[in-house]
Amino acid sequence: MSKVDLAQFHKAFHEESLDGLDAMEQALLALDEGADDPELINVVFRAAHSIKGGAATFGFTDVAAFTHVAENLMDEVRSGRRPMEKAVVELLLRSGDTVRDMLALSMAGKPAATAESQALLAELSAMVSGGTAAAPAAAKAAAPAEAIEGWDIAFRPFDYLLKTGNDPARMFRELGALGPLRAECDASKLPALADMDASSSYLGWTLHLDAGAKRAAVEGVFDWVDGDCELTLTPRVAAPAPAAPAAAPAAPAAPRAVREVATNSEASSVRVGIEKIDTLINLVGELVITQSMLSQFHDGVDASQLEMLRHGLAQLGRHTRELQESVMSIRMLPISTVFNRFPRLVRDLAQKLDKKVVLDLRGETTELDKTVLEKIGDPLVHLVRNAIDHGLEVPAKRLAAGKGDTGTLRMEAFHRGGSIVVEVADDGAGLNRDAIVAKAVQRGIIASGDGMSDDAVAELIFEAGFSTAAATTDLSGRGVGMDVVRRNVMDLGGTVGIRSTQGNGTTFTITLPLTLAIIDGLTAAVGEETYIVPLVSIVESVQVKPDAVRSVVGGGELFRFRDQWLPIVRLFDVFGCEGRRRSVDEGIVIVVEGEGTRIGLFVDELIGQQQAVVKSLEANYRRVAGISGATILADGSVALIADVTGLVRMQGRRKAA
Amino acid sequence: MAKILAVDDSASMRSMVAFTLRGAGHDVDEADNGQAALDTARGTKFDLVLADVNMPVMDGISMVREMRTMAGYSGVPILMLTTESNPEKKMEGKAAGATGWLVKPFDPDQLLATVARVLG
Repeated sequence: MSKVDLAQFHKAFHEESLDGLDAMEQALLALDEGADDPELINVVFRAAHSIKGGAATFGFTDVAAFTHVAENLMDEVRSGRRPMEKAVVELLLRSGDTVRDMLALSMAGKPAATAESQALLAELSAMVSGGTAAAPAAAKAAAPAEAIEGWDIAFRPFDYLLKTGNDPARMFRELGALGPLRAECDASKLPALADMDASSSYLGWTLHLDAGAKRAAVEGVFDWVDGDCELTLTPRVAAPAPAAPAAAPAAPAAPRAVREVATNSEASSVRVGIEKIDTLINLVGELVITQSMLSQFHDGVDASQLEMLRHGLAQLGRHTRELQESVMSIRMLPISTVFNRFPRLVRDLAQKLDKKVVLDLRGETTELDKTVLEKIGDPLVHLVRNAIDHGLEVPAKRLAAGKGDTGTLRMEAFHRGGSIVVEVADDGAGLNRDAIVAKAVQRGIIASGDGMSDDAVAELIFEAGFSTAAATTDLSGRGVGMDVVRRNVMDLGGTVGIRSTQGNGTTFTITLPLTLAIIDGLTAAVGEETYIVPLVSIVESVQVKPDAVRSVVGGGELFRFRDQWLPIVRLFDVFGCEGRRRSVDEGIVIVVEGEGTRIGLFVDELIGQQQAVVKSLEANYRRVAGISGATILADGSVALIADVTGLVRMQGRRKAA
Repeated sequence: MAKILAVDDSASMRSMVAFTLRGAGHDVDEADNGQAALDTARGTKFDLVLADVNMPVMDGISMVREMRTMAGYSGVPILMLTTESNPEKKMEGKAAGATGWLVKPFDPDQLLATVARVLG
């Protein structure tokens, strides 16, 4: 047994297998749509092939057995013995799903062969001609026992043998390991020195092995040069030996059982491109150089060195910034990791609903923070299900409306300002205003739709309670409404918007922050405290004149902002600290927006704009209403980050109370 | 100890091979496809190349064919790491100039034994 513990490679194997399955699924979907590219077939073959190889190596025998048959099926397709029919695509798509499940079970240390996988394996085997491919490579039949006391071997390499990297000396060495060896060299074919090519072989040998080695062992020495030489093996047989034991077939090494239960497979990891790591290493290198340059000022600076010091500090600043960006980029992954699941989903849904849908994915290389990526999948799935179920029409209806029979679903990601925008757009029927109004009235969300703009009506579908389990189809609904989509997106610091034109389709626009770890914020002072308000939520900062303020019944104040009256929230009231300015006209009001509602945050004064590295308050203290986190300022003091959405909700509750 | 190039598109397989060989004291470089292997081999002289057969960009057999035309590589042992136990694939590899092969699945001991066999 080797000292090498194979369990350490399991995680890498699992991850690359999932990548392979994704690539396989994409290729199958493209083939399903009639693509005719041999490389696609190769991609599918290679995925099955690699997973089989890895699974066998790392001891996942069930997975290996399953993928072996899938690979055989693909081999038939690849070699042209079987057309890539719908039935094959279908079966392989299901096989991919099953392998995914089997891998998950294997990683959890559980047996991977389930009733389901066995049933599918039977289907696969039935499809593969010959059928019985599931059996692992059977050990070769035992050779009849030979009572051999030695071998005479005539060996003459062809002239190119050395150029294949093989060396007769190696073979002699191996034969010598089997027993005493005598060699006779035949140099008769050696050319004149002038004609000799150093990389050609001209010699032949007659070898005598004086040991009763097994034929397989002797043949094994020459297995790599079979066909590259003249080779005759003649056993020297002794008088028949009584009952020589049958040579046991060389049993394939038993795959080792997986004992190592996969350690918490939830433990999250990021695979990072080499170039990102290289950039980091370079930057750290630069930083070290700068540091050593600055360290010469350790004992003080004289005036002549000031310029150099300034230069060094500027360099330090630049490198630190670059290093920060570089480290942040490690958390960023392309949205294709999320988009990838949609071709399959769209295909399956369209098939189920008898609709024709083309999925148009764009901006797949747009990078998002890993945390955001992990959480954006579900809302997107929901939007896509909705679009296909409710948005896009069946072909007959589309034709009647004067459109092509195939609907288009566009999913696009792009940068806009400091945000990432993800759009899900269909060219279907658009929202049905009357139906939405009727439903909203029925659910008691509004009294009537009279006078509501189309946009306001569209917004209704995000209201809690608009969609209920009873009102949804088995496809899109599942009892979860658009309100959950909006809440999920908002939890990520994002927003969802909707645009719909009757007859022309619906577009959902999700706007997300680039990262959750760093925010751009406006620092504001309230008494001795400093608060940071995220820039994304800020509409404007204004100085309010006393005559633009009204008190309202039950306490509280409103101020006029453009054509709206907005409530004023005094941060020192909310957070129970001491403000220096109490009168509205002395301080400044930051107009912020959360969940579509605007309020004015009253602070003493604005300090400036800065990036803040978000530190969790919950992890270090406890959750505080109206605060989303904390950060450390340049002078080492702590500033709290205002949770605008939370403040808006608090204000809403106060108003309702 | 030998300088070895491990070529495989599967990172788990590659790291298993590299880890095992490094553990035995060898100096191992890695490449994830045939083209990358050729690029690496142009800059460094290896004593042994271990290459998977099925790889994207450039497969192992094309890689062997190319590598055999490179200066200094005509006689370097190149072993194919392959699950293709069928003779045609081995023959194809041999025809391209491969020295021999190691059939997957193999365990670290088998790998070390084969490498020892080639390097002597």
